[in-house]
Amino acid sequence: MSGLDTDTTEAGKAAPASVSPLRKTLAALFRDRLALFGIVVVTIIVVAAVLAPLVAPQNPYDLSQLDIMDGRLAPGSHSMDGMLYLLGTDDQGRDLFSAILYGLRISLLVGFLSAGIALVIGASIGLFSAYVGGRTDAALMRIVDIQLSFPSILIALIFLAILGQGVDKIILALVVTQWAYYARTIRGSALIERKRAYVEAARSMALPDRRILFRHILPNCLAPLIVVATMRIAYAIMLEATLSFLGIGLPVTQPSLGLLIANGFNFMLSGDYWISFFPGLALLVLIVAINLIGDALRDILNPRREG
Amino acid sequence: MVAYLLSRIAQTVLTLFVMSVLVFGGLNLVGNPVDVLLSSTATPAERLQVIKSFGLDKPVVEQYWIFLKHALEGNLGNSFVYNQPALTLILQRMPATLELAFVALVMALLIGIPLGVYAGLRPRGLVSKSIMTFSILGFSLPTFWIGLVMIMVFSVYLGWLPASGRGATVSVLGVPLSLFTLSGLAHLVLPAFNLALFKISLVIRITRAGVIETMQLDYVRFARAKGLSEARVVLVHVLKNTLIPLITVIGLELGSLIAFAVVTETIFAWPGMGKLIIDSIAVLDRPVILAYLLITVVMVSIINLVVDILYSIVDPRVRLEGDA
Repeated sequence: MSGLDTDTTEAGKAAPASVSPLRKTLAALFRDRLALFGIVVVTIIVVAAVLAPLVAPQNPYDLSQLDIMDGRLAPGSHSMDGMLYLLGTDDQGRDLFSAILYGLRISLLVGFLSAGIALVIGASIGLFSAYVGGRTDAALMRIVDIQLSFPSILIALIFLAILGQGVDKIILALVVTQWAYYARTIRGSALIERKRAYVEAARSMALPDRRILFRHILPNCLAPLIVVATMRIAYAIMLEATLSFLGIGLPVTQPSLGLLIANGFNFMLSGDYWISFFPGLALLVLIVAINLIGDALRDILNPRREG
Repeated sequence: MVAYLLSRIAQTVLTLFVMSVLVFGGLNLVGNPVDVLLSSTATPAERLQVIKSFGLDKPVVEQYWIFLKHALEGNLGNSFVYNQPALTLILQRMPATLELAFVALVMALLIGIPLGVYAGLRPRGLVSKSIMTFSILGFSLPTFWIGLVMIMVFSVYLGWLPASGRGATVSVLGVPLSLFTLSGLAHLVLPAFNLALFKISLVIRITRAGVIETMQLDYVRFARAKGLSEARVVLVHVLKNTLIPLITVIGLELGSLIAFAVVTETIFAWPGMGKLIIDSIAVLDRPVILAYLLITVVMVSIINLVVDILYSIVDPRVRLEGDA
């Protein structure tokens, strides 16, 4: 959640409130039991994923550490030399717990990076659109409307069909599917902020447009943006897993959770449920936790609800 | 109204054009379909012949021009793999996808609206809180994974429902449908519920928000003051106004259901157009990819247009914009 924190910190510095809005928001967030649960879970998952090489019992992609004889062992089995396969192994004899930790790294990277890039691009366009107004604004928002009227998975499909597989490509596809949400959100709040007295005051001090835009209007539009961003990160992670599961997202060399689940699909009908089940469970827990935070943030910051 | 329709149609045509250029150009930059299709033992002469027969030896711009000319005549090219018109391939599979999406939509409404109304009437109750927690879960459940879990539970362990295929179909007006046979229904339940799950959560949330908002309005208080029964107030007065935002959502979600059917169809081996596109992307079957995307965009555009018109009929406050 580091991206989220820095965003609010900046808001805290620039906003003209007496009590830091960051502190207020965080305090409210920690008071909400579900949100607190979400924060704890996300923190644990992120730390475990970042430290995967240290935490995982095995490097699941170092072939010298794998034993094909240990393939498709049930959860709780032991290897020949006594190592515990907490969540069982896949067909290659890979410890699933380790594979999930490594998979989470890729899923988190793709989710946060794509949501972050989409936020920067979308927010810039939305802010610009609201500030210049007129025809440019109308044209930009028409593009946003058209894009948002199409299902996100369809847009992702179009771009992945063109681009092919790869981490950079899926991030690009996810950015393309998501920027419009941020653009619309920030434009809405920027239009309201633009008419406020402090903007008038800044203008009368002859501050340059760029300064007014980024130092005055932007910080006051952050609240709804943060809520959207939280929800979008969860959605991006889910969409990446879905696309990788379908075999059009990440290549086999980048085993995200979606690919682990796809691999286990082949063994599910013969009863080896764990190969698909546990990576999916990890994905579910991560997404629920992020959504719990987002849900609480929405109530706390109370931006205009999405139609 | 006519001006509005024309501008919307123009907008759709423009969208289609931009997308076809994008996809056509893009597909030409990615891998060569001939490499995927030909066996490695093919001689250079065979290779050349295949390239020529697909028209891939011409410049990209000329290829696009030929595609465009044919597209306007209703010919979207032949599939490289099936050697049949791409349009035919997709139209053959379209009823299966539409049936799946439609049944999922009905499920989402039948389950989502009652739960949403209940949660809206007693927002502080324990049951309502459970419903809302369920809806967060529904939002977060990865469709493809919960589909696998459903197969595991209902097909592998319990053996109640089939895991794949479409079952027996009956031809209704020349369109094969699963909905009217027992075997078809049994095949339909799991995939449709899987596809509906995400939308159930959405419908619950929108209905709840609408009910809470409407309950505070004066006319509801007035209806109560008239001595109308609570059931009538809720079912007639409140629900009617709550359904207006739902219409927009239903429309948008129908498009999204058709697109997301890609996932469900892959898991349940449902023979629809979503499975076709995934298979086609894997082998770079360009005409099919392009045709699928174009047709889906057209469908989504039509649905959006119908929704906008319906919306303006249901809610007279909404006026359709005439200018594009």
